[in-house]
Amino acid sequence: MKQINLKQVQQLLNSFLNKTVYIHLETTNGAYASHLNKAANVGAFIRNAKVNLSHCTIVQDKDTYRVGLKMDNGWIYAEGITHWELYEETKLLMAGHDPDGRLMVALQLSETPFEN
Amino acid sequence: MEKEKHVVVIYPHPDDESFGAAGTITAFRKQNVPVTYLCGTLGEMGRNMGSPIIANRETIPKIREKELRDACQVLDIELELLGYRDKTLEFEDPEKVANHIQTILEQIEPSLVITHYPKHAVHPDHNALGAAVIRAVQQMQPNDRPKVWAQAITNTAYEDLGLPDISHDIMKYLDKKVEAILAHKTQAAGILGSFKPESKKMETMKEIVKERLGKEEFYIWKFS
Ligand SMILES: [Zn+2]
Repeated sequence: MKQINLKQVQQLLNSFLNKTVYIHLETTNGAYASHLNKAANVGAFIRNAKVNLSHCTIVQDKDTYRVGLKMDNGWIYAEGITHWELYEETKLLMAGHDPDGRLMVALQLSETPFEN
Repeated sequence: MEKEKHVVVIYPHPDDESFGAAGTITAFRKQNVPVTYLCGTLGEMGRNMGSPIIANRETIPKIREKELRDACQVLDIELELLGYRDKTLEFEDPEKVANHIQTILEQIEPSLVITHYPKHAVHPDHNALGAAVIRAVQQMQPNDRPKVWAQAITNTAYEDLGLPDISHDIMKYLDKKVEAILAHKTQAAGILGSFKPESKKMETMKEIVKERLGKEEFYIWKFS
């Protein structure tokens, strides 16, 4: 994955407007957070949620980015995004990693379902 | 160590075999005992993407499968994939998972099965798959049952369960264990680094493995 390029990612986000889009959204601090650091284990993911998007925006905040996707009946939101990649030429992958390369958050859009 | 006919190791993630049992596996292979690893998932939801980052959420399963095959080659063991998805094992129907495992065990007919100790193995997938393995073996006729060695990895295992029945000092096989762990390229640095974040040098990794993973301990499961 590459560092976010605001212009390129915004352009790609726009290409998903007003279409049926499959979403992968995830956040995690790892299954060992409480084992190693006495932190709470928190995480959530949803894979292949089918949505329709009417407005998509990526916003910069210093070194990281936030993404907001407006749906007919609500919102999809991710913060802490640092990297992106156009995967298989059609799927927009975005993710936030810590300095050791561990994934902390991911938001992915595709017009076809992600592999199960 | 008693000579076994066939040992089956059952854990949910690519790398559990190397971190948890590489020394024990190597000891069995030295005796020419066949060892098969039944790996539950491909670690699809793993956080470690390599340092520098080489994987993404979509490529990580294939990359980890390749790493797992490399590690199994290092350890000289057979591999079978169970085909579940990372983080979801505890939500599967426990009876179905147990039956699935029982079918495979009845084909292989191992004399010993190594798995995680249910409720004492930290990761929900470890606990769920360990429980399914115990259930699978429990379902077998008492005479057909393999022995089960259960591995507890919580910080309070000794207090909760007493001292383990089996404690293997695997220093003799440390190089092999390090080699197997390092075959999991996207995982090794991140996981070893979480023990000692300040350094990722090869020598330091070896030290960490020695210090943290130089013993492999198991409880012999008592079936009622
Ligand atoms: Zn594991």
